[in-house]
Amino acid sequence: MATCPCSAIPWTTLGLDLLAAFGLAFYGIAVGLLFCGVDRVLVARMQSRIGPPVRQPFRDALKLLAKQDLVPANAVSAVFRFAPVAALAAAVSLLFYLPLGGIGAPVFAGRDDAILVLYLLLVPGLAMVVGGFASGSPYASIGAQREMVTMVSYELPLATVILTFAWKLSLLGVEHPFSLSELAAHPVWTTSGPLGIAGAILLLGVMLVVTPGELGRIPFDSPEAETELAGGLLVEYSGRSLALFELAMAVKTVAMCGLMVALFWPGDISSLICWAHPVSRLADFAWFALKSGILMFFGVSLLRAGMARLRITDIVRVYWKWLGAAALLGLALIALDAHLRLG
Amino acid sequence: MSKTTPVYQTALGPTHPAFKEPIHLTFDITGEKVLKADFAPGQAHRGVEWMGMRRNPIQILYLAERICGICGITHALAFSRACEQIAGIVVPPRAHYIRSICCELERIHSHLLWAGVAAHELGFDSLFYLTWKARERVLDLMEDITGNRIHYAIIQIGGVRRDLDADRIAAIREACGFYESIFGELARCLLDDASIRLRCRDVGVLTAAEALSLSAVGPTARASGVPSDVRADHPYAAYTEIPVDPILPTVRGEGIHGDVYDRIIVRVHEIAQSVQIVRTCLDNLPAGPVLAQPKIAVLLGQLKRAKGEALGMHEAPRGEVAHYVRLDGAEAPASWKVKASSYSNYLSWVPMLVNEQVADIPIIAASIDPCISCTDRVSWTAPGGSGGTLTKEELTRRSVARTREIQAALAAARKEA
Repeated sequence: MATCPCSAIPWTTLGLDLLAAFGLAFYGIAVGLLFCGVDRVLVARMQSRIGPPVRQPFRDALKLLAKQDLVPANAVSAVFRFAPVAALAAAVSLLFYLPLGGIGAPVFAGRDDAILVLYLLLVPGLAMVVGGFASGSPYASIGAQREMVTMVSYELPLATVILTFAWKLSLLGVEHPFSLSELAAHPVWTTSGPLGIAGAILLLGVMLVVTPGELGRIPFDSPEAETELAGGLLVEYSGRSLALFELAMAVKTVAMCGLMVALFWPGDISSLICWAHPVSRLADFAWFALKSGILMFFGVSLLRAGMARLRITDIVRVYWKWLGAAALLGLALIALDAHLRLG
Repeated sequence: MSKTTPVYQTALGPTHPAFKEPIHLTFDITGEKVLKADFAPGQAHRGVEWMGMRRNPIQILYLAERICGICGITHALAFSRACEQIAGIVVPPRAHYIRSICCELERIHSHLLWAGVAAHELGFDSLFYLTWKARERVLDLMEDITGNRIHYAIIQIGGVRRDLDADRIAAIREACGFYESIFGELARCLLDDASIRLRCRDVGVLTAAEALSLSAVGPTARASGVPSDVRADHPYAAYTEIPVDPILPTVRGEGIHGDVYDRIIVRVHEIAQSVQIVRTCLDNLPAGPVLAQPKIAVLLGQLKRAKGEALGMHEAPRGEVAHYVRLDGAEAPASWKVKASSYSNYLSWVPMLVNEQVADIPIIAASIDPCISCTDRVSWTAPGGSGGTLTKEELTRRSVARTREIQAALAAARKEA
């Protein structure tokens, strides 16, 4: 007697996963927009301005979502419309693989591979490139070319950082060294000597400088470059599609900061202070968001307020030469430290 | 570059976020490199000279001020200098000094405005906000002295319209102190910043030979090592008694590169120089009247009787400005021609932009501090939306045709009679 294939599907787990997925999507968008608002206020204060209210990005997103979506006559319409959806979907799915404080293991625990996260981090950028080329504007084409070059550039230091951490875990005999939960469970600070800590500080610096490149912010915003390309990649986007791209970037901000927290600043606040169970969960969640926000301040707001936009050639040089060298030096220091400690 | 690399024609403008005013730049680019650059002005023409030639010289003063939204003194001063030469009006010494003080305060505000715009072009918005915050002080001071932030209406033919009292003099000294106190920080932010140096050094180079052959003026020429400055070459106002040394990029002890960075050096150090000139003017401010002829009706009568032509020159913040005026013993001038500083500097764009990156176009374009509304003098729109800028030949051809038309009409009328 043939059994119904449906009965093989674990409905309860699937339901919970779906719930978690929707919850995380809303969480990512809300915290991402909140981060954008906080970033705008922080930058404004550094520029001796008052800045918009913190809720301004929410209003902007709502307004854009309600607006008409214009597709240029010479754009490849289907690709042009699909790109923002792909960007947001990839950005949201990033969150499923990250250990976000408070909710314990990532939603897709056991499959939370750092290499997969690296790939997913690329997808919103790739979607913007595809959308830029599909929009049929020379400004967008130049922007798309620059975005590709930028992605290729920051990938080297970023991958070096991830590989260093995974290699370190493999030395410690961890079974899945690329698992982000394992990375978070074995913070580099507690397992290294002074040399390793120096290396990790260097790698943290590298990650902070990679962040604005990932998120298309000054000084690495040459693909959008308002005063040169009038918005570059996004020049033809409007209405809902533009809103989706902005939401994708907001969620990616959360994911990027979450990745940095997992690598460099893991640990729950409930392990330090004793609270009742539900409160401690919430406190951990808030603590995670606070840590992400602090890293965002250094990776996004501070750099954005303190620098001019770099040319694309300078971006390549900065990422490959300086940050690549810094990341490799960090790797060497951590390797040397591990060698000395573990023999 | 291989021969197969495609060459794209692309344009910046007429409206583009990099330009605060409409101008059309066209480029041949391959990849990120500019192969050829050209520009098409004429998008902001308002017919100011045409309006002026239907008004008397005192009315024109206020019109001239409105040629530019930034240099309120520049055009009014150049125009009144031309009228004063024709009518033989002798400006009292105190007025000369007040004119120079206002000119230098205007230079401070204009250079700070430019520095902010340049920082914005580079994506350095913090610097943009901070320089504009510093600029507010001199705008407030100008409002105190003249009644307005911009369009000061202080220049009058034969002097200035408002005197400086003791309180105002103290306020100017205070503002000078403020700019002296922030100068070090300003120079550090604009000149010592690594990202600005990275973006501006050896970018948009204009050699001294090119600057001379293209008749560049003002800070654009001085940054290329051409020491031209109307204040030094043809002294006027208080500059006859207060010598002005043209600022060259060597002021920082570095060689002359003629690049965007040198243009920043020149402008930043001109702010300090202007503060110094204002202080010297205040220290030596002569007593006496500020107007050669306080009664406007009498002055107007004098100008109505005057016959002749003259060129009124002034070193505006952007460089030499020249007003050609011809008075024919009538209410309105027979001719009024404005040569703005940016008109002389536009052509420098071409050698500056060729072989540079697309990313550098905005800062190079901004580096000459273009004032498009000052420069656009002749353009036309035909019914049906077509239009463009008229060449001299086309203008001559059209005016001859128009004259023939009138002659024919008059001849026909005579025949009928």
